[in-house]
Amino acid sequence: MGIVTTKLEDLVNWSRTRSMWPMLFGLACCAIEMMSAQASSYDLSRFGMELMRASPRQSDLMIVAGRVSRKMAPVLRQLYDQMPDPKWVIAMGDCASCGGVFNNYAILQGVDEIVPVDVYVAGCPPRPEGLIHAIISLQEKVKGEKLNRWS
Amino acid sequence: MNKHQSRAVEKIQKDFSAGAEEIKDEITLFLSPDTFIPAIKLLRDQYGFDMLILETAVDYWPQLEPRFHLVCRLWSMAENDILGVRVPLKGNFPSLPTLTVLYPAASWFEREVWDMFGIKFEGHPDPRRLIMPYDWEGHPLRKDYPLGYEEPQFTFNFEKVAAHKPHPKE
Amino acid sequence: MADYREVTLDDIRNLVSDRALSGENILLNMGPQHPSTHGVLRLLLELDGEIVINCIPDIGFLHTGVEKNMESKIYQKAEVMTDRLDYTNTIGNNLAFVLAVEKLLDLDVPPRAEYIRVILTELSRINSHLIWLGTSCLDLAAMSVFLYTFREREIILDIFELVSGQRMMTTYIRPGGLWRDVPSEFVQAVQHFIDIFPKRIEEYDGILRKNKLFLERTRGIGVITAEECVQYSVSGPILRACGKPFDLRRARPYSVYDKFDFDIPTEQNGDIYDRYLVRMEELRQSTRIIEQALKDMPSGPTRSSDHKVVPPPRSEIGTSMEALIHHFKLWTEGFCVPKGSTYQTIETPRGLLGVYMESDGSPKPLRVHYHTPSRTNLQAMPIMTRNRFLADVVGIIGSVDIVLGDADR
Repeated sequence: MGIVTTKLEDLVNWSRTRSMWPMLFGLACCAIEMMSAQASSYDLSRFGMELMRASPRQSDLMIVAGRVSRKMAPVLRQLYDQMPDPKWVIAMGDCASCGGVFNNYAILQGVDEIVPVDVYVAGCPPRPEGLIHAIISLQEKVKGEKLNRWS
Repeated sequence: MNKHQSRAVEKIQKDFSAGAEEIKDEITLFLSPDTFIPAIKLLRDQYGFDMLILETAVDYWPQLEPRFHLVCRLWSMAENDILGVRVPLKGNFPSLPTLTVLYPAASWFEREVWDMFGIKFEGHPDPRRLIMPYDWEGHPLRKDYPLGYEEPQFTFNFEKVAAHKPHPKE
Repeated sequence: MADYREVTLDDIRNLVSDRALSGENILLNMGPQHPSTHGVLRLLLELDGEIVINCIPDIGFLHTGVEKNMESKIYQKAEVMTDRLDYTNTIGNNLAFVLAVEKLLDLDVPPRAEYIRVILTELSRINSHLIWLGTSCLDLAAMSVFLYTFREREIILDIFELVSGQRMMTTYIRPGGLWRDVPSEFVQAVQHFIDIFPKRIEEYDGILRKNKLFLERTRGIGVITAEECVQYSVSGPILRACGKPFDLRRARPYSVYDKFDFDIPTEQNGDIYDRYLVRMEELRQSTRIIEQALKDMPSGPTRSSDHKVVPPPRSEIGTSMEALIHHFKLWTEGFCVPKGSTYQTIETPRGLLGVYMESDGSPKPLRVHYHTPSRTNLQAMPIMTRNRFLADVVGIIGSVDIVLGDADR
């Protein structure tokens, strides 16, 4: 019985990591580096992320790229709620991880004030290789998920 | 100061008893809230200053008399000239007539000045906040409004800062 | 957490027509998260079937509070925040801030630094136009152009990294000149770029200029006249596509632009296709300016020697007492700028960017205000989208070339 569940976990986790669809959530400067990562020199399609879905209902990875202001925060939470399970969040860049250069009334000090984050990427903006390293770390994390953790 | 600018400045000084100041070849005229609109109308119609390229305010708190200055810059396409206008404003919530009757571009500039400083413009067609959320209270760019600085979280004050930081439940 | 007040119909009652309030016209929210809005822009569209009656832009979703934050930082630290405003033209923003500071301080810049500043600013202009071309063609469904332009962009980012260590937010232009001198491979790298670039521009033109689909989607759409442009203070390629040859680099030259020979492209109709033609021609003119600057670049120091503002070289700190004191003062207190106010404008790829800076004698600025082209050009959106189809709105937003970091600050 143990062998069956282990093989099942491996199969499902493998299929989840190899075809994650990111949601288009580029806010500011990190979005340009995310577009660079999607384009020809650092290709994201080789990881299964050929297209970025605009609709939250059809995606399972949200890459928060850029600074989140107080006016945008309820919108972000609503989009996160609209994504179906299983979902993951990558906080790309310094502003999404911890507020970055801007420590004032208008910017959320880290997007983990409103959504739970799986991987943080440092850099202002992080190089496309940094984003690719984050995606690979997320894939490692997902590979270790267990049967009883699935919702 | 070239000839076109000096003619305009002399006429405004004579008609509206305005002060003028020259800092590093930039000329600024000092006007009052009553003479503000007629003077700029004269500059636009007679002297060709047809583009408004700056309208903002400066806060001089804790000096209260005057607390705000409204700053404008006008550009003349034909002569490639730039002219500055400053209006000292008294009181904590001053008001003055709107520039949208002369330049439609002033609509969003004045909305931002209201949003950030609390200066009202009489006769503005759309007096709403421009860049802060719809229900924000306060005017952020005033000097007595706090910056909203959050203390950086190091190891020695980790627990103290973490107690105040919001976290999602899910 | 999501306890926010929703915007009801009462708030916008005075902006929309009666037909919308009674339900005959649709009020459509083209919300902050949308693949074609180039950032977080919210458009409230009033539609009669598929035709746009009115378009109300709503900005502020990327408001960063930069102006207030700069009032509590010294000038050197405040400059770091300027890169992040218009993030496609990072060196141009640095240049505007630094020119304003140098005007208040009366500081002279050595000629070698001026020429390198011009080369980097024009490279940044090409960078911004390439991003514009890639993303607006992606909206109009010409997807291969996106991949081509980002390939070119990698070469420019390699040059920025060679010079300053960072791909995008370089902060390379500092008061008094540059951060430090360019390495010896710089001239070769820029020469290689301007040798291959003109052929690449012909590649993009070959795909788009006579393409029937592209012409159908861009000819005659989004028209604005020159008088309306001047009334709404619209500047940049939009004004030049309406027929007025206005370029600040010719009208009031700053830096050393009066020494170079370049043309100002203009077109007559003021629609999306003309703006495309103007920007493609600007790419060629920028390459011409870089070629001239590279040939005439003098040798010499790259930073002013006034050590009250510019840090002394590290080799002097061990031997000279004065250098040590200057270094100490600059890093603890910063340099004091005399009392005064100034307004410095430059020509960015989007239009006129102006920095109003006022100082009161202390090392921190009293007020820094940015008059940005994206916000001013966005005010003219309702005129451009009146009586157009919903699908045209996407093309029009792309042609106005807004960057929300610039519009919201």
